[in-house]
Amino acid sequence: MSEIAERPPEALSHGAAEHKHKDVLGAKMGMWIFLLTELLLFAGLFLVYAVYRYQHTAGFHRGGMETHTMFGTVNTMILLTSSLTMVLAIGAIQRGKKWLSVTFLSSTIGFGLAFLIVKGFEWSIEIRKGIYPGSPSLLKKSNGEILFFGLYYTMTGLHALHVFAGMIILTFMLVFILRNKITKDDYVKLENAGLYWHLVDIIWIFLFPLFYLIN
Amino acid sequence: MAEIAIEPGGLGASPNGASHNYLENTGKHKGILAWILSTDHKRIGILYMISIFTFFAVGVSLGFLMRLEMLVPGPQGKIFDAQQYNALFTLHGVIMMFMFVIPGIPATLGNFFLPIQIGAKDVAFPRINLLSWYLYVTGAIIVLCSLFWRGLPDTGWTFYVPYSIRTATNVTLAVFGVFVLGFSSILTGLNFLTTIHRMRAPGMSWFRMPLFVWALYANGWIQVIATPVLAITLLLIAIERVFHVGIFNPALGGDPVLYQHLFWIYSHPAVYIMILPPMGVVSEIVATFSHRTIFGYKMVAMSSLAIAFIGYLVWGHHMFVAGETQTAQFVFSLLTFLVAIPSGIKVFNWVATMYKGSIDLQPPFLFLMAFIILFSIGGLTGLILGSLATDVHLTGTYFVVGHFHYIIFGGGVFIFFGALHYWLPKMFGRMYNKKVANWALGILFVGFNMLYFPMLLLGYEGMPRRYFTYLPKYELLQHISMVGSWVLITGLIIMFWNLIRGIFKGEKCGANPWGGTTLEWSIPSIPPTENFEHVPVVTHEPYYHPEAEPGFVAEPVPVAK
Repeated sequence: MSEIAERPPEALSHGAAEHKHKDVLGAKMGMWIFLLTELLLFAGLFLVYAVYRYQHTAGFHRGGMETHTMFGTVNTMILLTSSLTMVLAIGAIQRGKKWLSVTFLSSTIGFGLAFLIVKGFEWSIEIRKGIYPGSPSLLKKSNGEILFFGLYYTMTGLHALHVFAGMIILTFMLVFILRNKITKDDYVKLENAGLYWHLVDIIWIFLFPLFYLIN
Repeated sequence: MAEIAIEPGGLGASPNGASHNYLENTGKHKGILAWILSTDHKRIGILYMISIFTFFAVGVSLGFLMRLEMLVPGPQGKIFDAQQYNALFTLHGVIMMFMFVIPGIPATLGNFFLPIQIGAKDVAFPRINLLSWYLYVTGAIIVLCSLFWRGLPDTGWTFYVPYSIRTATNVTLAVFGVFVLGFSSILTGLNFLTTIHRMRAPGMSWFRMPLFVWALYANGWIQVIATPVLAITLLLIAIERVFHVGIFNPALGGDPVLYQHLFWIYSHPAVYIMILPPMGVVSEIVATFSHRTIFGYKMVAMSSLAIAFIGYLVWGHHMFVAGETQTAQFVFSLLTFLVAIPSGIKVFNWVATMYKGSIDLQPPFLFLMAFIILFSIGGLTGLILGSLATDVHLTGTYFVVGHFHYIIFGGGVFIFFGALHYWLPKMFGRMYNKKVANWALGILFVGFNMLYFPMLLLGYEGMPRRYFTYLPKYELLQHISMVGSWVLITGLIIMFWNLIRGIFKGEKCGANPWGGTTLEWSIPSIPPTENFEHVPVVTHEPYYHPEAEPGFVAEPVPVAK
């Protein structure tokens, strides 16, 4: 940020009144600050996870044995690939290839949908086993396991909500590209949407080992 | 309203009077739509002002009822039963905290004056600015809905577990409302930060920004960094209540003290969200009415950031008796005392600014004097609570209530009122009756001390907070406090009546009634829609008073009084 802060006054003199073009840096800055707040939202949950894992090590260990690493791995691959197609969609619009960008963006949304479907299967298997918050068979288990699965549903659920929100945002971006509101010369909206999508991806990268790999 | 008082040399004044002021409708919408669909930061500031003071009135009424409850000591002959009293203090707290003081100055006067003070036409994201007002209104309505549906929440504004997950009252809706209000707060902070980074006028370097802007900058960071933690904490309460997840429920292995940690990780910085913007206003008022540049400008600016930073690390002092290790107690107590350093820097620099200044005792400055007295009492009682030994005796008593109101009401809100007296003439181009304003302040000051000083004494003698009854030996002080609430409310009514009357019927005051030096005083009163006719170029520090320089030869400067 320092180069913004220390711009000489002359650089600004074209400012406000005359110029009409967008402040791309400002828009991105706003987005980064927003991403910071999203990170802190999840940070609260990670803190809770850390404290309870420390207090109930054995229960968390048993909980980790029961989650389906297979589903988690598939979903990790899906999300990572979706981040790739997201980047490619931005790259395409930068080179002015509208339809290529549309294709990549649609596949990103498709991967998001695939992620939610896999998640849905995974949750329904757990629920059929009787593991869901407040269920009789979960309440019979140790406190550590109750907390583990409580956090499992809360954290992956909140994350899934973010994936869903990301898909809605990306759908809007798709419409903008089709209507030529996002073009080669003005694609900061798409970039910001991409940043959001990557954030959702990164949070999953941390959720994956915490719930599927450590056991 | 149509004609604009044009001051010679006014930067924004158009020579032919062609520019419209922001109160005139020039957009495509008419009537109320021209306001609630406007993305003009000035109109949004006023929307906020109307809604915030509406809820302030509700909060004051609830506080008045709580004092009235103390008419008689015993459980017999009470106006409200225990459950109703629990609901009263919960709603009073939730409304005053989340709907009044936290949005408070930034959302109203900050929205209005931040862009003008840095020479910008608007905030960085005008539509997000409007969205945050809608979120505010939505959140407030959701909280109010909890009043009428399945029982008033009765947990206190802190929503402590395990009670908040057990009580049958409608806590879920209330915490969801606060969650939405938090989102509104985050967006305002985000908007201000980006605006300050990106929209400053040519020549407005970081150290030429008015100190109110610096305070809003520090405040924006706290809003952005702290509020998400509250959001997730309250969300967890809602999830806990709806799905019985067990995260904070000790019966399922959860840890209620962890909730307190998470809650105060936000809510202590929130105290600085409430007090930093008023401190910024104090710097403006001190400089303007002392007719001097502020003493130690950079230190005052940096101390805002220091308060924001240290304030993030002291939350544990709310939990000295909640089962912390002694190490944690010691560290949090030490860090708490450290906040006194940047606060002290501010106070000493304000006083040094007044020294040998040419002080003009106008109403805003008198509010500032009241602030200094009340805030000092609040600060000193804070030291008593920050010390481990005394805190164990005083925690959970009226002493805490008294201390808190001295800081937030006597400190923050008195300056909010002072800021209204300072800036409303600029916003509406008309001056209130200054004599009435001074009288209102006097009544407020007396009423305030009658209301809250007995609370300090009551707490010292052991009167617990949140009780709807009290022992007969507390009767005298309780009654003084109750009468104080009536005096205070009388003062409030006179003050608001005077201000509102001033907005509509006051004398025209011209562009610069106080002799202020920051950019907002260079544009006409009733600022133009576009703020500045031409982009201002800033060539000197914000509080530059050439007449205070040695060897200055006075020129006739037109100042409307």
